[in-house]
Amino acid sequence: MINKLWTFLIITGSFYLIINGRFDILNKQILNSGKVTLDLILQIFPLISLWLGIMNIAKKSLLLDKISKFIEPFLVKLFPEIPKGHESLGYISSNIIANVFGLGNASTPFGIKAMQSMQKLNKDKAVASRSMITFLVMNTCGITIIPTTIISLRMLHNSKNPSSIILPCMIVSFISLSFGLLIDRLWAKK
Amino acid sequence: MSNLFIPLIVIFIIIYGVFKKVNIYDSFIEGAKEGIPMIKNMFPSLLAMILAVNIFKNSEIIDFVFSFLKPLFLFLKIPFEVLPIAIMRPLSGSFGLALLNNIYSIYGPDSFVSVLSSVIQGSSDTTIYIITLYFGTIGIRKIRYSLWVGLLADLFMVIVSLILVPFLF
Repeated sequence: MINKLWTFLIITGSFYLIINGRFDILNKQILNSGKVTLDLILQIFPLISLWLGIMNIAKKSLLLDKISKFIEPFLVKLFPEIPKGHESLGYISSNIIANVFGLGNASTPFGIKAMQSMQKLNKDKAVASRSMITFLVMNTCGITIIPTTIISLRMLHNSKNPSSIILPCMIVSFISLSFGLLIDRLWAKK
Repeated sequence: MSNLFIPLIVIFIIIYGVFKKVNIYDSFIEGAKEGIPMIKNMFPSLLAMILAVNIFKNSEIIDFVFSFLKPLFLFLKIPFEVLPIAIMRPLSGSFGLALLNNIYSIYGPDSFVSVLSSVIQGSSDTTIYIITLYFGTIGIRKIRYSLWVGLLADLFMVIVSLILVPFLF
């Protein structure tokens, strides 16, 4: 699937540039993408390491277990394949908490840790398991309650009420999250 | 809000660790070390996706496709400006922000078009980026129906915004 998408993006994009004679843009994008990726990695790498360090303290002090016990009854319904008390529930809870409070850069390492521990339960390591897909949908739907970047952009443009978008964003992302989880359920049963 | 949250969380976790007599320093180092293999596994899949997305979005092929959709949007009385944001939302986060910035400077941040675009941008995350990042790092090659569910939820999000924002505005 990701294979087809990748091919589609490159072929259509390149083809359109070539028929318009814009070889310069195509050339620039091909040569620049390495640098763009490295810049992104350099931005997130220190934060990922930092949060993984902090997270490990929370894990060793059993704080993580405490948090996951709190959200577990709700998570068990969404992730029926994960056994009770499994470590991935703790990481999933931390990822949700980081997302809800708009701590975008902290949610990524927690999310990957959650995926890694779900991978331990996965029978075929190359194929995404059902719980992994449910977790992924929770993240792609963006459960952020406070869209911090957009609010600061609105402030920059002297908006009269920069935070006015919080409520509509909350409602819309909640509705689309519920919809996403519903079709995830239906699809998994197929 | 997050200015206050991050220090509070960090300090709370550290104090809790001290209280539970955990070797905090060693635990931190041990955890932080895991970042290195994580990044190493992340790089190739991220590079592949950024290459494809950058060629696609800079080719301006979407503007070409949109010119055909314009009459339909005018007919439905949907501001045409939100279409690029809606289509590019699952592909690139920074692209949408750049478009948003542009819309704010043309129409002002409190206009209907701006609020609608902001809600579309703020109510979802970059689906392709998250799939690449999460599945690529742990070595999943068959992503099954996840991309479809992600994209369908994104489409649904746009429809809900188009219906809801005029009510709240």
